Amino acid sequence: MKSKAELIQTSEFFAGLKADELDPIVNLIIEKRYGRDDILFFEGDATESLIFLASGVVKIFKTSPDGKEQILAIAHPEETLNEVPLFNGGLNTTTAQAMMPVVVYAISKRDIDSLMARYPLVASNVIHILAKRTRQLVNLVEELSFKRVNSRLAGILLENAILDGQAGGARLTQRDMAAMAGTAREVISRSLKTMEDDGIISFDKHRLIINDRDALKRVAETYS
Amino acid sequence: MFLMKPEIDKEKCTGCGLCVEVCRENGITVIDRVVVAVDGVECDWCGICEAVCPEGAISCPFQIVFV
Repeated sequence: MKSKAELIQTSEFFAGLKADELDPIVNLIIEKRYGRDDILFFEGDATESLIFLASGVVKIFKTSPDGKEQILAIAHPEETLNEVPLFNGGLNTTTAQAMMPVVVYAISKRDIDSLMARYPLVASNVIHILAKRTRQLVNLVEELSFKRVNSRLAGILLENAILDGQAGGARLTQRDMAAMAGTAREVISRSLKTMEDDGIISFDKHRLIINDRDALKRVAETYS
Repeated sequence: MFLMKPEIDKEKCTGCGLCVEVCRENGITVIDRVVVAVDGVECDWCGICEAVCPEGAISCPFQIVFV
């Protein structure tokens, strides 16, 4: 896990600031720890601070009135979890839940606002970050609108895969994959079976192994 | 030997026992109205318990890996 100072030095929020400008920012950070399945924040609650993920993996999702989940993102260390509502001045647009024990670093909205006023570079970094989020959401709209479940699932597997033996990485249930692909668990189950029959993936107990990365990429890039 | 077991959220579990009935390995049982994974049973991670649970209380998460 990165220390507070290391996270500030490498965060895209503060890219371009000098060492003597970065040092005081470290003192603004509050560290918080969460257990697996703990909720970091709820959709509809007020946003009081910018949350940087220091270690662990967090699920960012929305819930429909009938309880169906749509996962918008799986956040990994060094990513921020709530910049959109923070800068929009509104309530949280999503809920965030820890998928494993998680450590976050939080900087209050007031401190972020004064950093942006003091350092135009930070404000410019924020524009880049928000533009990147918009692009991610546009990509998600594209996936949900134009691609079949097989392609969406292939993309989800590629995005969340780690090298065998590497630590970390999200552990996804078929329910999670369904919530990410905007479909039902049964559909995911069938889709995984098809990929297994085609030799693209295989299962070894709790490991879902990607045997043919290129074939999986081709599936991910197929439009209906 | 370390055996992986399905993950059970004891707060969500109502002890209905549906997962116990469908498990092909007899790897799950109900104790004090809460489902628990049986020690020493090797789960084959088929996910059928996850599929039938009406509460979303039992799950078989996958680590997705490249080889």
